[in-house]
This record gives sequence, structure tokens and C-alpha cells, in this order.
Amino acid sequence: MSILQIQEVSKFYANHTALDKVSFDVPKGKIFGLLGPNGAGKTSLIRIINQITGPDKGQIMFNGELLNKEHIKSIGYLPEERGLYKKMNVYDQLIYFAKLRGMSASDAKITINSWLEKFEATSWKKKKIEELSKGMQQKIQFIVTVMHNPKFIILDEPFTGFDPKNTQLIKDEIVRLKNDGASIMLSTHRMESVEAICEEVVLINEAKLVIQGSVSSVRNSLKDNTYELKFAGLLDTNNLANINIKQQEEIDGINRLVFSYNDDKHSIQIFNNQPIEIKEYREIIPSMQDVFLTLTASNYE
Amino acid sequence: MNNIWIITSREYLSRVKKKSFIIMTLLAPLLIAGFYGGIGWMAMNENVGSTEKTIVVLDPTNSFKHEIENPEKLNFIFKEDFSVQDLGNSDSINGLLEVKGIIGNKLELTYQSRENLSVSENDKIQDAFRAKLKRDKLEQLGISQSSIDSLNSRVSIKEFKIDNDGNITSSNIGINTMLGMALAVLIYFFIFLYGVQVMKGVIEEKTNRIVELIVSTVKPFQLMMGKVIGIAAVGLTQIGIWVLLSGFLMTIISLFFGIEMLNTSEMQELSNNPAVAQMDSFQEQAIAAFFGLPLLKIFGTFLFYFIGGYLLYGGLFAAIGSAVDSETDTQQFMLPVTLPLVFSMMIAFSVVINDPNGTLAVWLSLIPISSPIVMMARIPFDPDPMQVVLSMTILVLTILGTIWLAGKIYRTGILMYGKKPSYKELAKWLFYKN
Repeated sequence: MSILQIQEVSKFYANHTALDKVSFDVPKGKIFGLLGPNGAGKTSLIRIINQITGPDKGQIMFNGELLNKEHIKSIGYLPEERGLYKKMNVYDQLIYFAKLRGMSASDAKITINSWLEKFEATSWKKKKIEELSKGMQQKIQFIVTVMHNPKFIILDEPFTGFDPKNTQLIKDEIVRLKNDGASIMLSTHRMESVEAICEEVVLINEAKLVIQGSVSSVRNSLKDNTYELKFAGLLDTNNLANINIKQQEEIDGINRLVFSYNDDKHSIQIFNNQPIEIKEYREIIPSMQDVFLTLTASNYE
Repeated sequence: MNNIWIITSREYLSRVKKKSFIIMTLLAPLLIAGFYGGIGWMAMNENVGSTEKTIVVLDPTNSFKHEIENPEKLNFIFKEDFSVQDLGNSDSINGLLEVKGIIGNKLELTYQSRENLSVSENDKIQDAFRAKLKRDKLEQLGISQSSIDSLNSRVSIKEFKIDNDGNITSSNIGINTMLGMALAVLIYFFIFLYGVQVMKGVIEEKTNRIVELIVSTVKPFQLMMGKVIGIAAVGLTQIGIWVLLSGFLMTIISLFFGIEMLNTSEMQELSNNPAVAQMDSFQEQAIAAFFGLPLLKIFGTFLFYFIGGYLLYGGLFAAIGSAVDSETDTQQFMLPVTLPLVFSMMIAFSVVINDPNGTLAVWLSLIPISSPIVMMARIPFDPDPMQVVLSMTILVLTILGTIWLAGKIYRTGILMYGKKPSYKELAKWLFYKN
């Protein structure tokens, strides 16, 4: 079941196409990664989902219904460019945004207090935003995003500005929100956090959808028959016509060989007759970083 | 609608709660009163700050001794013999005035000193000597001072205004002019003051990137209207406080100086009574004329044109704010908005006040970009009600159009960063789809 179905969405600006017939589904109750280099069209898509702008072509279904203004209250959005009223105090600010999301005064109070407590921020209540550190401001911004208990949460680069401890805190919160039933769309350039918490991803490049699927299937789909062998001893390369050696090095007496097979068998047995002791053998699966760089290579040419 | 209300109350409360608002609201009337009071006091006491001068007069003709009155702050000493050297040796004598001779109608004097005479001192010396010469001439002609005084007749015009029902109210051109100018200035300042606040608020939201978050919840138009209405409410609060405060101050002052302030109903009675013509002093007549004006109607019109002018220009200021990235970029767009305001102000002070019901005044009070200021300058002169109604109608229609246009620029502008837009660009935004 999908929380969001993007169907053939296109968006055109005067001089360029921001989105070109992009279609994908965002699964319910999962953490979904929206990836792509700067300028790929992610922000345009997020703005369309938030109904800040509309698509020029195509449509979006939210929870099975055509996306409309009623759904705004079910969506939480953390924009990449963070923004709060600098001169307003934390509590008034949270109350203001809660009201705009249609929360009742009493609900807002309870929720805000419990979030402030969770982030150890109760003592900042009466402080103006401009008096807070960047990390504290980010926490308040995060509360603004999730306090109305949205079904669907869009987080655009949620980890910027946080130290490792707070990054972990936010990661844990994201996972907890997911476990409580929310669907989360994460847009980030930090591929290691994608691997750590995303279950499914799509990659957009130059306004087009490039790849989609689970993190492991995406990584596996870019496998290129590369293997790594770590061993002790001397390799007799004359007897290894079946492989194509890409890299060979020695670290602390252990040899490392990166290679690809020339046949379709991909069998480790070719090393059976070698006078070596195999320490480690594995197929190299591209990291999300590699996937990202490979699929968006056209951008950097 | 609910969203506009939430935004309006935030805009309102966040401004009204500010210390600077409270201080300015309370201090401004005192500052203004103090400012004008100070100017008035200094004008009445011209000589404050100037020191008394002692001047030696050498008069070989011997015709001025005992005949010249000492003017204020000047002390003439007549001596037979006094030289420039003596002047140099003396600390208590400031100058040496010598009578050189009288040729026909011309008296020639020289003045020697270390310090030049001020303009007013120069005038006073001339006046003192001229008075003596005049007396001599009159004597020669055989005319006494009392006959001269009887020649100076006083003429005063007491004006009354008659309306269609035949009611007579006293009217005073001076009061009307002053009130008209004051109202025009107030409207001008309020439009500027609060219009710029709208613009600053929009720029703040844009540079802080709050906008992206808010417009994911409310429509840009709601955000803009919430801001415009909220700031209007701030303005009305300020005016309200000022009205109460000045009423309070006037009561205090009148109690303090023992001036009996006549209330409106009493004045109405008086002005309907021919006995009012008996009132002699200018002040009394001015007060009568002031309270004879339809003050409530004037205040109502003022509120309308304040809100109207503010909405007209406030929308434009919001659009400017949305189009730029920072306040320093606003200049090129500010000019076409401020120019008509300044122009109306200048016209109101010259043409309109001189001829409040002339053709130019009438037209400018109908054209919406100038009507709030120009019509307010005309209001104390009681313009044709039909013109007022027409002016108001045109203003309201123009406001609707302007806000609609401003909203279109605003909704595109607030999400556009890093681009310094041209007028051509702004025109394009008008036709953007969502």
C-alpha cells in the first residue's frame, strides 16, 4: 500500500524542465529516500507535494485520494532552508504553527510540552529563536515539522547543523515516528544515512527518474562483477587466465586483489590450486555513494 | 479565513507587544507636543540666548539724546567723546555707533565693533532711530500721534457656513487650512510608516526562509492579507491610543491653564446664535470654528482614507518585499511607489490648500493614488459629498485590483531566491500559473 503515488508529474519553468514525467510510489510506514544531485528537481517535487505549487502535467494521489488542500494537515514538512521567526520566542512560535495546522489550543500545549521535554528544551520556552544555537534551532524546526502528528513527513536534509550526538537523536526520532505508523520521505545528500535508515529509494537526475527500489536491490542492480580476495602467500598469476585483475596491493602482509571474472561461472574454485591461504572473499556491491555517483555522472562531466 | 485570522493576530501581537511600540506610542505625542511647543516658545522669545549689548552713541547733531528708546537687549549710552581706541580698551562697551548726518530722508549711521550686529539687532537700531525721525516729521506736518492712531482701522471677517438646511455654523479659513494640512501629513506618514512595515515583514519572512514552511500550510495570499490586516490593526491601535492620550492631555492642559473648553453641543448652540458674532478675539473664534466643524465626520473620513490609502500602498509594498532578497535591493521599486505619495503631499500643501474646491484639487481627490492625501486636505473645507462618495468608491475598487495584482507578484516572488528581478520579470509573474 502506498501513501503517495506520483503519476507522470511534469513541471516546466520558463527556461527549463524541472520534472519530466516522473512516476513512483512512496510506500506506507517506511522510510523512503528521495535522492538526486542539486538541481535535479527534488525541491520542485517536494513543493508540488506540499501544494506550494501545482504540477503542469500529471497528478498525485495521497492515501488513495487525489491530493488536495485537506491533506495539508496530514503532511509535515522540514524544508531544506530552515526558517523561524527570529524575534519570536520558542513557545509562541510553536503555538503559532500548531494553530496554522489546525490544532486546538489544548492539544497544541500538551504536544509541544512533551516534545520540548523529549529534546531537553523546556528551559528554552521563553527564549527568542535568535538566542538559540544552530542545533537548538534545528530541534525546534523539527518539532514544528512533526508536532501535528502527520501521517506523511517530508524531511529535506534533516541532519545538517547537528553534531553527531544530535544527529543520532534525530535519526532515532525518525525511526520512532516510522514505528508509530508515519511514512517518511527523506531527501538527503548523505548517502551513508540513506544506507543506514532508508528502506526504499528513488533517484532523480536532470528532471527524470533514474532508478527506484529497495536500497539493496538498487545497490545490487549496479553490481559489475567485481570481487575482492584477501589472502596470504604468493599468487601465481600465470594460472589465472580467467580473471581480469583491477587492483593488487599488500597491507600488513595480507595481499588484496580486486578483480572480475572473464567467464560466467564466477567461481572461487579457480583459486583452489593456488599456494595461498584465503582470508576473505566477497563480491563488491556498490555503496549508495557509488550508485549515486555512477547514475548522476552525466551531471559532472 | 481562519488562517488569515491566525496570521493577523500574530502580526498584530508580535508588534504591539514590542517595547519599541509601547514606548513610541506613548512618547510620540509628547515628542510632537514638545517639538511644536519648543518651536513656539522660541519664536515667542526670540531673544533667548542673545546677550545684552551696550553701545556708545556719538551724536554731533545732538538730535537723538533722550529721544531714543532703548530697544530690548540693547543699551544706548550717549557720549560727547569716545574713540575707537576707547572701545578697544573697554570690556563693557560692545560697539560704537556714530551719527554721520541726515541728508533729506536719509539718516546715515556707522557702527564699529569687534562683533557684527545680528539681523534683529540691526533692525532694532534702525527702528529706534526711524521712530524718532517719524515723530519729527509728523510734528513738522502738524499731525498728532492720536490722529495717526485713529487712521489705523481694524478689519476682521467672521465667516459662517450655511448648509442646505439653512443651518449656520461659524467657519474659519485658518483653522480649516491648518486642519487640512495636518490631516494630509498624518495620512502621508501613516501610509509610509505602516507600508514600510509590511515590506520589512515580508522581507524578514523571505530572508529567514519561513515562507516556505508557512506557504506549505496557508495560501500565499492569506499570508499577505494576514500581514497587511495585522499591521493595519497595529496602526489603528496606535491612532486610538493617540486620540485618547491627546484628549487626556488637552483636558489636563485646559485644567492647568484654566481655559474653559467649550463642548461641541454648547458650541453648536452658540454658533447657531447670532450672538456668536459678538465674539471678538481670534482665539475664541478659532475655537468656535474648530468645534463647529463636523469633527466626527472628519475623523470617520480620516479612518477610511487611512485604511484605504494604507491598503492601496500596503499591497504594493508587500509585492516589493516579495520581489527582492534584501532591504538594500528595494530602492529601484520603492521610487515609483513613493513618488505619487510625495507628489500628492506637495500638491496638497500648495494647490489644494489654496483652492480646495478647484479643478485640480477635485481631480486629484478622485484619482486613487493621490486621493487619500488630497481628499483629507480638502475635508475641512467641506467638499461636495458626491465627490467624497465617488472618491471612496474608486479607491475601494482600485484597492481590490491592486491587492489582486500584488498577490500575484507576491506568491511568485516569495519563493524566488537569488534573482534580482526587473520590471519585465515582475510583469511576467502576473501571468504565472500556480
